[in-house]
Amino acid sequence: MAEAGPTTAVDAPAPTVICDELHVVYRVVAHGGAASAAQALRRVVRGRSSDTVFKKVHAVRGVSMVAQEGDAIALIGRNGSGKSTLLRAIAGLLPPESGHVYTAGRPTLLGVNAALMRDLPGEENILLGCMAMGMSRDEARARRDWIVDFADLGEFISLPMSAYSSGMAARLRFAIAASMSHEILMIDEALATGDAEFRRRSERRIMELREEAGTVFLVSHSLGVVRLTCNRAIWLEKGRVVMDGEANEVVDAYEALYDPEAEAQERKRRRAKRRRERKKAQETARQVGEETRAARAAAIRSESPQTAHPEAATPPAADPQRSALPAADPQRSALPAADTKVANPESADTQVANPESADTQVANPESADTQVATRRQAATPEDSGAEDSGAEGSAPAQRSR
Amino acid sequence: MSAAPPGQVPAPGEEDLSALAERWGLGSTSKRQPVASYLRELWARRHFVVAMATSRGSAQYRDTSLGRVWQVLTPILNAVVYYFIFGVLLQTSKGIDNFVAFLITGVFTFTYTQRAVTGGTKAIANNRSIIRAIHFPRAVLPMAVIVQEAQQQVVSLSILGIIVLLTGEPLTWAWLLVLPIVVLQTVFNIGLCMLVSRWTAASRDVAQLVPFLLHTWRYLSGVMFSIPVFTAHLAPWVEQALYLNPLTSYIELMRNALMTSYDAPAYLWAYAAGWAVVSLVVGFVVFYRAEETYSRG
Repeated sequence: MAEAGPTTAVDAPAPTVICDELHVVYRVVAHGGAASAAQALRRVVRGRSSDTVFKKVHAVRGVSMVAQEGDAIALIGRNGSGKSTLLRAIAGLLPPESGHVYTAGRPTLLGVNAALMRDLPGEENILLGCMAMGMSRDEARARRDWIVDFADLGEFISLPMSAYSSGMAARLRFAIAASMSHEILMIDEALATGDAEFRRRSERRIMELREEAGTVFLVSHSLGVVRLTCNRAIWLEKGRVVMDGEANEVVDAYEALYDPEAEAQERKRRRAKRRRERKKAQETARQVGEETRAARAAAIRSESPQTAHPEAATPPAADPQRSALPAADPQRSALPAADTKVANPESADTQVANPESADTQVANPESADTQVATRRQAATPEDSGAEDSGAEGSAPAQRSR
Repeated sequence: MSAAPPGQVPAPGEEDLSALAERWGLGSTSKRQPVASYLRELWARRHFVVAMATSRGSAQYRDTSLGRVWQVLTPILNAVVYYFIFGVLLQTSKGIDNFVAFLITGVFTFTYTQRAVTGGTKAIANNRSIIRAIHFPRAVLPMAVIVQEAQQQVVSLSILGIIVLLTGEPLTWAWLLVLPIVVLQTVFNIGLCMLVSRWTAASRDVAQLVPFLLHTWRYLSGVMFSIPVFTAHLAPWVEQALYLNPLTSYIELMRNALMTSYDAPAYLWAYAAGWAVVSLVVGFVVFYRAEETYSRG
C-alpha cells in the first residue's frame, strides 16, 4: 500500500482510515411503546414521517481523522458519546448522513454480538463465525485448532454456547475474531470481559495484529487497557472529538476530568515504571548498534515530526480548533527535538512558553532512551517515551502540580 | 502545526481529506458494491449460507426432546389433520377423484412458499446483531432462509410422495417432473423472500400483515378446490386470472406430476418459469438497492 503513495518519508505510514467531516444519524422507533391502539392508529393516519414514530439520533457530529498503518486507536468517552456508532460507521455498517469514510480494505468489527448461535457447540460456532468473517470452509477448518487453543475453554468447547458464562462466550468471540489478521480490526468492549490471564493474552494478540501492519480500533471503558494497547486515543463527547492524540495524554486528560483519583494513582505508578524502564532501556540501547538506528530515526524526524515513533505513530494530533488545547501542538513539535538529545533552542522556547512543562523538560532526556527501546521491541505495551514528553499536551485544567 | 512535509499525512482540515484518500487509493465505504462483485461475494459466502441454514434448522427444535424428528413429524401431522377434516369428517371430493392426494399436494406445495415468506419477514429483523457486527452481502440472510426451507421441503416432499402412493396413485416417470417444479418454485421463493425481507426491514408493520396476506393467498391458490371445477359456471376470464397466480402454477404442475388422475394445462410451465424469473430479478433488485440501510432499523 505504501508504494501507492508518495515515497518521500522513509517510514511515513500509509493512511488506512480517513473520516472526513463524518456525521452519522440513526433512526429508532420511538413511540410510547404501550400506546393505545387509538393512538397508534392516529399515528399511522398522520403518516410515519412525523417525528413521533422515528426519532433521529445524531450520534456522530463531524468527526475528521486519519488513522495510519500500525496505529492502535482507542475511542474513549462516556456512554452515549458516539464511540460505537463511529466504529460502525467506519466499518461501513452504518451509512454516513454526510461526510465520508475512506478505508484501505474492509474493516472488520469484532462486536460483542457476532454471528454465533447459542444452541450450537463452541466448535461449530467457530466455523460459523469464521465463515461469517469471510473465510472459506477450508480456511475456517484450518484455523479451528488455533482458536480452540486460544479460547482455552477445555471441554466446554464441545458444549452449546448457551452453557457458557458470559466471560467464556466473550473469550470464544475474541478468539474467533482475532484468528484472522485483519487489515483494519475494530474491537468494541471486547476486552472488558474475561479473566486477567485471558485479558493479557488478548492484549498480546492485539499487539500482534497491530504488528501485522493492521490498524486497530478499540472502544473501551477500561482506561488501563487503552494505555497498554493503544498508541493513540480519540476522546469523543456528544459525537464530537474533544481530543485526539497520544493515548496516555488523552487518557490523562480524560481521567482528570472524570476520575481524578485514578489519574493521580496512574501518575504515581507510571513514575515508578519510568524509572525501571529507563535503566532497562539504557542497557538495551547500548546493546543495539545505535548509530544506524539514530540516523534512521533522525531522517524520519526531519521529515515528519509526528511520526518520530514508527510503531506508536502519533497521529496528526490534536487539531487545535477541535480540541481547543493550544498547549498540545507546541509540545508535540518539541518532542522530536528532545528525542534526538539535541538541545533545540526552538523547543526550549515553546516549552518555556508553556508554564506547565517544567517537568517535561526534565523528563524529556530520558524519553530518548526509552523510545529507542520501544522501537526495538515493536509494539510492546509501553509507549512510555512519548508519554513522558507529550503528557503535558493535555488540557491545562488537569495537571495540578 | 505548520504545513505538513510532502509524504506526511496532514492533520484533519489541513489538506482536503478526500484528496488524501484518493492519493493513497482508499475507497469510500458508503459506495454500494457493483452487482457483479456483490454476487461474487455472495457466492463466496455459500458455505456460510448453508452452515447458517443448517444450524438454524437444528436450532429450531432445540427445546424438544425429539429434535429434528419434528422436521418429519410436522408435515405428517399436517397431512393427517387435512385428511381427517376433509377426507373423514366432510368426505368432500368436489369433483376430484383422489381428493386426499389433491389436497395434501396442494398444502405441501403452498407451505413451501409460505414458509419462505414467513422466514423472509424475520431474515433482517432477527439478525440485526450480525448485520451490525459483520460485513457481508445481506442477501446471505434471505438465502439462508431459502436453504433452510429447501432442506425442510426435501423432507416434506418425501413424505408427500409416500402419502400420495398410499392414496393409490402409481409411481410413474412423470414423478421426475417434481424436480424442475421444485427448482422453479425455489427460484420464485428466493425473489419473494428478498422482497419481503426488504419490506419488513423498512417497516415492521408489514410483518404483521404478512400472515393475513398469506392466508388470502392460500384460498386464491386452489389449494382446497379445483380451479376448473370452481370456475365452470363463471366467466372464462376468472379461470384465466386464477391461473395467473404463480402458486397455482406450481401446485397444479405438482399435482399433474404426482397424480395420474389429474391434468393441468401445459402452458402452466411457461407461467411457472416466467414467475420464477420475474420474482428473482425483481426481488434481488429491490433487496440490493437497500443494502446499506439494513443496519439502521
